[in-house]
Amino acid sequence: MRRKMIGLTLLLLVGYVLAGLVMEMPPVGSPDAPAYTRTIPRYLSRSVEDTGAMNIVASIILDYRAYDTLGEATVLFTAALAILAVTGGDEE
Amino acid sequence: MTEDIIVKTSARLMTPFIQMFGLYVIFHGHLTPGGGFQGGAIIGASMILLAVVYGLEEGEKRLGHDASTVLESSTLFYALIGLIGIAAGYSFLANRVAGIPVGTPGALFSGGAIFAINIVVGLKVASTGKTLFYALSREERP
Repeated sequence: MRRKMIGLTLLLLVGYVLAGLVMEMPPVGSPDAPAYTRTIPRYLSRSVEDTGAMNIVASIILDYRAYDTLGEATVLFTAALAILAVTGGDEE
Repeated sequence: MTEDIIVKTSARLMTPFIQMFGLYVIFHGHLTPGGGFQGGAIIGASMILLAVVYGLEEGEKRLGHDASTVLESSTLFYALIGLIGIAAGYSFLANRVAGIPVGTPGALFSGGAIFAINIVVGLKVASTGKTLFYALSREERP
């Protein structure tokens, strides 16, 4: 009972903080969101100068967000690893 | 495995062109739409085509298991490229600020780390597509 009360209190506290953070976010699709007022103009106007790549998508996924793409490559690696582990892989 | 000469001949004729197109998409990833993921998927598809038409053993001869082991490790090279930024005193995966030459925008050799990462990701995706297909389509092992 006591542990349940502690768990419930923690849950409510964390939920309160998270809900408060969500309330602070700009509404979905709002033109005043920082993504539209700062990030996109910056990428559009400076990406060629920053990265030397003509393809803005490439400059975003492989330069500004390169860490994210490293995670994607790791996901692919993990998927291959998991399937080889399940199917038996290479035991000749 | 059916002995269909039309399928076999057309697959044999098309494979080099498919792979050439995949390499083009990878190497021009910083100039035109596409990049490592897309070009890698094209090259992986060409290897899957070989396996579908000629059988798994023949495909395994073209790109053996040891080769795919090396290609699968290219995530490591991605991280190593990122370490250049740290070695130069900037953040992980820093490109231009870390002193990597970015070249003239629009030239083939431009984009600095983007060019190298595209190649690494392309090899990685091609090898993963091939590995997953071969691993999943193999029969029960003897």
